[in-house]
Amino acid sequence: MTLNQFLQNLPFFSIMIALISGVVCSVLPGKAAKRVNAGVIITVMILSAITLGYTLQTGTYFVYTMGHFPAPWGNEIRAGVLEALTALMFSMVMLLSLMGGYHKLDEEVEQTKVNYYYVLVNLLLTSLLALIYTNDLFTAYVFVEINTIAACGLIMIRQIGRTIEAAVRYMIMNLLGSGLLLLGICMMYGITGHLLMSNIQESVAALAASGEYHVPLLVSIALMCVGLAIKSALFPFHTWLPDAYGYSTISSAAILSSLVSKGYIFLLIKIVYRVVGFEVFQETHIVNVLFVFGLAGMIFGSLSAIRENDVRRMIAFSSIAQIGYIYMGIGLGTEVGMIAAVFHIFSHSASKALVFISTIGLTDMSGYSRKFIRLTGAAYRNVIAGIGFTVASLSMVGVPLFAGFISKLLFAQACISNEGKLLPTMIVLALSTILNAIYYLKTAIRIYVPSGVKDEPRTVWGANRLYTAAIIGFMVLNFTLGIFSQPFVDLITEGLHMFA
Amino acid sequence: MEGEQDLYLGELEMKPPKNAPETDSKAKEITRDGAKEGRQEVSQEELKNAYQSATEDPEKLRKMIPDTIVNMVESTDRLVPQSRRPLLKAIFDKAYPVLATVMCIAIIALLLVTVSWMPPFGSADNPTSNEVAQRYIEQGLEETGAVNIVSGMILDYRAFDTLGESNVLFIATIAVMILMRLDSKEEKEQLSAEEAAYTHENTLEPEHDAILRSVAFLLVPMLLIFGMYIILCGHLGPGGGFSGGAVIGASLILYANAYGFQKMEKLFTAKTYKAISFCALGFYALAKSYSFFTGANELESIISAGTPGRILSAGLILPLNICVGLVVACTMYSFYVLFRKGGY
Repeated sequence: MTLNQFLQNLPFFSIMIALISGVVCSVLPGKAAKRVNAGVIITVMILSAITLGYTLQTGTYFVYTMGHFPAPWGNEIRAGVLEALTALMFSMVMLLSLMGGYHKLDEEVEQTKVNYYYVLVNLLLTSLLALIYTNDLFTAYVFVEINTIAACGLIMIRQIGRTIEAAVRYMIMNLLGSGLLLLGICMMYGITGHLLMSNIQESVAALAASGEYHVPLLVSIALMCVGLAIKSALFPFHTWLPDAYGYSTISSAAILSSLVSKGYIFLLIKIVYRVVGFEVFQETHIVNVLFVFGLAGMIFGSLSAIRENDVRRMIAFSSIAQIGYIYMGIGLGTEVGMIAAVFHIFSHSASKALVFISTIGLTDMSGYSRKFIRLTGAAYRNVIAGIGFTVASLSMVGVPLFAGFISKLLFAQACISNEGKLLPTMIVLALSTILNAIYYLKTAIRIYVPSGVKDEPRTVWGANRLYTAAIIGFMVLNFTLGIFSQPFVDLITEGLHMFA
Repeated sequence: MEGEQDLYLGELEMKPPKNAPETDSKAKEITRDGAKEGRQEVSQEELKNAYQSATEDPEKLRKMIPDTIVNMVESTDRLVPQSRRPLLKAIFDKAYPVLATVMCIAIIALLLVTVSWMPPFGSADNPTSNEVAQRYIEQGLEETGAVNIVSGMILDYRAFDTLGESNVLFIATIAVMILMRLDSKEEKEQLSAEEAAYTHENTLEPEHDAILRSVAFLLVPMLLIFGMYIILCGHLGPGGGFSGGAVIGASLILYANAYGFQKMEKLFTAKTYKAISFCALGFYALAKSYSFFTGANELESIISAGTPGRILSAGLILPLNICVGLVVACTMYSFYVLFRKGGY
């Protein structure tokens, strides 16, 4: 076996390592599970980085047969630049999110159940990796199930009334989404006879050309889109989101907002490119529906966030607006729009997880109150969290040098490519930026307003090294995406070419 | 404020008692005017002190749920939920069921119309009867060694999906354990004391039920053997890990019902579950990893299909069926026990 052949095994290894470690963590005590989990995420990160290097070097994607039988009969996974890059980013954000929340886990999760947290995280990582790499629609569905249950567990492992309620709501809405997705996949199988993505694409192209099974094809695409839109909290289906992100333990909130919903969006992009085919998808006009709801989400998510008085819930509502941006990018129906959407997936993961992680430092130093007014002067009480929050806020608003600026720039450039949607996109983009600025900058200024209380308790520098390291890591990630954005955009462009 | 306990928040969230109208109307007034004087003042200092005194004991700290207390105290308007726009709310309440019904009917109609456009069920020239199904049927026996082609498909051709599926069961059990398992001794003792008192007094309980006991005495061994048969012969005839595991799980539940959990705990406890799920899933993942690895890299595999029809044939399908069966049986029984008494 040559080295090149061996390197093709790496995506498979990363899925399997994460999966087996999930099972192993169930029998380990909490602390050992934590170490195993961190080790696994770092391993996955390294493997993804090597895969990225390998695909860049060969300049093409590769297909890996899972077993002895070739693709339409057996399972297969497929890795290209975009897949490897996404896996790398996701594992990095996951590690940093966990690092930032370790100290809260001890307080908020029962000691005897801590190892289950890492079981959930490991299996969540498995499912994300499988969603990223799979080339089979049914495999995608199986791992969507794991993803849903793991996310639900991450919400309710902090057992207070609010999280149980949030988990129930999450479960109901997400099972509805899974059900619609499954219905769509079944219909797709019924009319094409395949589950492998590349084979479905061929059949769909033939069906679209001949006009046969037009109605089932349309309905099937619509069902898959709606199912994934519910699961990733597109605007009218966002009701499960604020409580789920607002009350769960902080690592869960960071992971849910930055990874889980993005995993579903990645699957949707995959379905658009590799199952339905980009041209066919554009002709169905479903793309316009996604566009309109994306725009609506950008406005209404921000409006809800402005009205919110509870900081954690405010940040949760802001996620709805950001998900709206991504769907708006997909809805533009052009390649540049898609590049902007994918870039926003990355920049939003890096910024939103940072907002959550730094908020917990601020609220903990403000009498554990999440109320806006109590945050007065919080940045002096916890300096590093204050800096982190400011960086993340500026990135979310879209100030130059930060990751969020690049995604807004890309969105603005992308809308020129679609003349019909140019005007609404520009207007809503501007409006949404202002709305974002209102609530993020309001909070950023509030935490730097001196509270006037003398001799306030402050966190000692270096008291929680992991937390500090997590915030610094996120900030570095943000600046990297914001300042050296061109290589990333090039990677995404190359990846999307390889993807289709 | 002496109020009833909230369902969700236990003793934390206090609702004003129902038989105290003055307090109720007073609270409403406060909300309406937005006046702040009436609020219950809990100083930040007090809360912080209470919190810090609890920091030594993480378990105690977890139960305090600090931010919830603070929020409850701070936002009086949440304690008394009242719409600021009663007219809008009334319209919404009326319109909601109507709109929901209309939506449901519309979606049902849409799906029915779609089904009428789908290829006819079971027709020979459907898109689904293509080269994929053809190879499964024609070469399945030869390639997998399994007489039961369904087992061959789910555990050999598409074993990765099934690996995912058995992990769905595993993670579902973990989620239920997080939700339902009682870990503190007091809670457990209280529950078992309640249970004992209840079963002792209530003559309808299984403990006093001779019919149930005799039927279970006869049925449980047969069910267990039948379940094992379904699992072990999954590659030779109809059956397999999922169906056989369900039968075994059902028989365990029946036994626990008839003879009580104490007897069952001699055989099956949380430790047993841990050990079984760890071994079964670990073996499944490792064995299949080996098979995937050799298959993808075109290496020689030591696993052979064997002679079709023999009990020891079809390569990995038999051991994988056993693994899946164990996981399914344990999952079913664990769900039952966790929901029934919160741990075992």
